[in-house]
Amino acid sequence: MRESVIMKIHYGTALAAVALVAVHILFRLTQGFADSLSYASVIANYQFLPYAGMLEIILILLSIHGFNGLRVILIELKQGRSYEKAVSYGCIAAMVAVIAYGSRTIFMTSMGMI
Amino acid sequence: MAITSNMAEEKTTSTFYPLAVTLRISKYNPKTDHEKKWIDYKISYEKWTTVLDAILQAKSYSDHSIGVRYSCRQASCGSCGMIINGKPKLACFTKISELNSGIVTLEPMKNFPIIRDLVVGFDRLFKTHKQLKPFLIREDSEITTKTTELLQKPDEVNNYIQFANCIKCGLCNSVCPTMATDSSFIGPQALAQAYRYVADNRDKGKDDRLKIIDEPHGIWRCHFAGSCSQVCPKGVDPAMGIQLLRGYLLGFRS
Repeated sequence: MRESVIMKIHYGTALAAVALVAVHILFRLTQGFADSLSYASVIANYQFLPYAGMLEIILILLSIHGFNGLRVILIELKQGRSYEKAVSYGCIAAMVAVIAYGSRTIFMTSMGMI
Repeated sequence: MAITSNMAEEKTTSTFYPLAVTLRISKYNPKTDHEKKWIDYKISYEKWTTVLDAILQAKSYSDHSIGVRYSCRQASCGSCGMIINGKPKLACFTKISELNSGIVTLEPMKNFPIIRDLVVGFDRLFKTHKQLKPFLIREDSEITTKTTELLQKPDEVNNYIQFANCIKCGLCNSVCPTMATDSSFIGPQALAQAYRYVADNRDKGKDDRLKIIDEPHGIWRCHFAGSCSQVCPKGVDPAMGIQLLRGYLLGFRS
């Protein structure tokens, strides 16, 4: 993939994440932070499907943006063909792992398995 | 009235030349030395004496071994870039009197390998400059009997003319924070030159050049610190050129 395509995704995910995280914070503000962090409230949020969907999207957006940012930092710190390949594949693997683990939590909670 | 009062003020604060200054030069030969040494040279200077004049004075009368590269002495060749009192400047374009300092420290440019003392290697700069194809790319570039001038309107010249002033002195590369850590980064000098040709309506090599800079160590590694534009002695604004080039790659410009 060309670097410009990757960077378009990088900037796009940043903008989308800012918008959705703002919505997420506004939801928390309407409830008050202390109440919103109570166990029952958190579970209720996950079980409200549109909200759980938004959390899933935020997870994906931030993982893509964050791990690409990490890749950029690492390839600027050190150069070398095998090192850069390892960094790129390592970041993709870490991103997939984080999304998979986070999605597992969201799906299991929204389906009432927790 | 205002002019006479200014003249009077100037007269009272006038300085009597020649004055003395200490040139503190970083001496280092990577082939023989383990670390750099600072050597002081006392130099007398006039109001118009440039740092390069002072170095050459020290070289002629105090220490023949001072390594310095220079050529035109008029900020045209880009040979005498160095760090003067902590800032990258051209030695031939910097007067000692304007530094307002009793000690003038001189170091080789950062982000370049040191050859000796104030002389650095330009291999990487020339390689990246060449990589960006710094010439007009056209199918009809062969000179034939029917060849005519490629005429341009003033507005079309204004699109790129400031970038054509680059003298390849390397000062922009020496202050670039990405150049300091990323040994494969193309650098502000080459990127500004890429923009110079991309913005030239006579050139047809835009796609080629955009492909070269659209790499993991290409244009996207610029963090827009803007130091390159700050230090350019010829008024080129590489940071702006880089942002304009990004516009092409992001689809904002065509």
